[in-house]
Amino acid sequence: MNRIQQKLEQDKKLLSIYFSAGFPELNDTVSILEKLEANGVDMVEIGLPFSDPLADGPTIQQSSTQALKNGMTTQILFDQLENIRERVSIPLLIMGYFNPILQYGVEAFCKKCKESGIDGLIIPDLPLAEYEAHYKDIFDKYGLMNIFLITPQTSDDRIHQIDAASKGFIYMVSSASTTGSGSAFGNEQEEYFERIHKLKLKNPCIVGFGIKDANTFSMATKRASGAIIGSGFIKMLSKDGIEGIGPFVAAIR
Amino acid sequence: MKYNADEKGYYGEFGGAYIPEMLYPNVEELRQNYLKIMAEESFQKEFNELLKEYVGRPTPLYFAKRLSEKYNTKIYLKREDLCHTGAHKVNNTIGQILMAQRLKKKRIIAETGAGQHGVATATVCALMGLECIVYMGEIDIERQAPNVARMKMLGATVVPALSGSRTLKDATNEAIRDWINNPTDTHYIIGSVVGPHPYPDMVARFQSVISKEIKSQLQEKEGRKNPDYVIACVGGGSNAAGAFYEYLDTPEVGILAVEAAGKGIDTGKSAATSVLGKMGIIHGSKTLLMQTPDGQITEPYSISAGLDYPGVGPMHAHLFKSGRGEFHSVTDDEAMKAGLELCKLEGIIPAIESSHALALFEKKQFKKEDVIVVNLSGRGDKDLNTYIEYFNL
Ligand SMILES: Cc1ncc(COP(=O)(O)O)c(C=O)c1O
Repeated sequence: MNRIQQKLEQDKKLLSIYFSAGFPELNDTVSILEKLEANGVDMVEIGLPFSDPLADGPTIQQSSTQALKNGMTTQILFDQLENIRERVSIPLLIMGYFNPILQYGVEAFCKKCKESGIDGLIIPDLPLAEYEAHYKDIFDKYGLMNIFLITPQTSDDRIHQIDAASKGFIYMVSSASTTGSGSAFGNEQEEYFERIHKLKLKNPCIVGFGIKDANTFSMATKRASGAIIGSGFIKMLSKDGIEGIGPFVAAIR
Repeated sequence: MKYNADEKGYYGEFGGAYIPEMLYPNVEELRQNYLKIMAEESFQKEFNELLKEYVGRPTPLYFAKRLSEKYNTKIYLKREDLCHTGAHKVNNTIGQILMAQRLKKKRIIAETGAGQHGVATATVCALMGLECIVYMGEIDIERQAPNVARMKMLGATVVPALSGSRTLKDATNEAIRDWINNPTDTHYIIGSVVGPHPYPDMVARFQSVISKEIKSQLQEKEGRKNPDYVIACVGGGSNAAGAFYEYLDTPEVGILAVEAAGKGIDTGKSAATSVLGKMGIIHGSKTLLMQTPDGQITEPYSISAGLDYPGVGPMHAHLFKSGRGEFHSVTDDEAMKAGLELCKLEGIIPAIESSHALALFEKKQFKKEDVIVVNLSGRGDKDLNTYIEYFNL
């Protein structure tokens, strides 16, 4: 069983954190991962920075841009992660746009992920159809879980299709928005969370986008198995740096 | 070999729809409906009527006598510069606004670089009474002030794109982000044959009116439907797609695509994607694009804002890769010279984009009896400031 599945078997709501690798400083990746685990975070999405992150709002755009300015590359990230499994044991995913992965070589990328102990990938701009037609076999060969997104606009039919193709979990985007949008959760989200819950999917759902504090975390996880904090965490990092991780996580739950 | 999109939106190995799930419902709705809607009689009637009465089509196929004499060959200019709003861009925005209405969309978004597509979009939104938001890089807003003013006069809201390099590719990113945030009532009018399927195919079909007219006009003037060559400049590639469309499967018609070399291919200040690009994903399409070895999209450069895009549409990537199209690149200096030459020889001030196509005559030798059609994609009014500065007028 993969680390992601093991984690999901535990009887608690998962707290997952996203950060851009190479931000605030190029070589912060490992210390951020260690600090997150030490403070009880259950899973991490390591953001592979991209010049043109279409699905991201200003906060993650800026952290990606800064990471690239700091010199982050796909190869450097793999170098940083080389011995990560000696130090960190929670599930780790890489979240990134498809073009840098394509340039690295999809197979070479997946092989490196496996060697580093990465458990899964989240690639927002690699949709189901293209994945299944061209890349699924490679992901499977290296035992990587590919995580798909659903949104409030995704039809029930398509959600079932995505559920059938998913392993690990489904990334449930909380609202029609790019990452880091400020709006609080309202009735619309509650109805959506409820609707998905009633679909009785085979995969657990983890909610992302718009989670930033204890309140949004608890709302999101009432029905779902966990929640992901990205922009909120990056804002904290910009302000307080790595030392802020402990208090930030403690305030969520 | 097939040069049009297949049902999944692939041109050979290029194309497809590499979009985040947030965009799937909108893009899928469009994909399922665009061919059906375009085939409707009422759509065709309204589209053709607007092209005729509002845009001023058919545009002339003008025999450029003095230019032909100079280059010792037979040159026709397809006068897209005479379209309402000054460029071919409006052929596409007319088509897409009618599409948006049939999909019951209330709000229109667009990206623009030079401002030509933004103006063409603002124009059709005014015509149809729809809300219009145009994203434009902060740097382009400064460079293209007259077009910003035109859009505002036409009632559009111009939103500066402040991310990345603050030019066309970033304006496109911002438009896509807007669409993600407004998933139900909004239609995105993309300005070229780029983006996820079905956009490249849909935009090419709307622009194909250019080569349909060339065919019948050439028949009238030369007693033949097919020229020996068609020449067009390629930014994203919409005017070229329109000019080539009817000839894609006619191998005896040479397809000549001209890209912007900027200050020169090897100077790091260029937009010649076919030379400098590699296969990758930009704005939802697998195509050739300029990027670092690590897959970060790089910033192109051209004196012409309309050619200042780091990719080309997937149709052109395929035309290049398959060898069906012959690709050339022309520097800023060569284009400016060719633009001024057209003014002096024919009394036509071309857009700097179109001047790139004209500059090919200095680089490629044609036969005396060759019949050549140059797609004159736009007029130079928008470029006066650049011409003034460049030539110290
Ligand atoms: C006059 C003119 N020609 C050409 C272009 C380039 O676009 P495309 O390659 O899509 O025709 C533009 C874009 O702004 C333009 O304004």
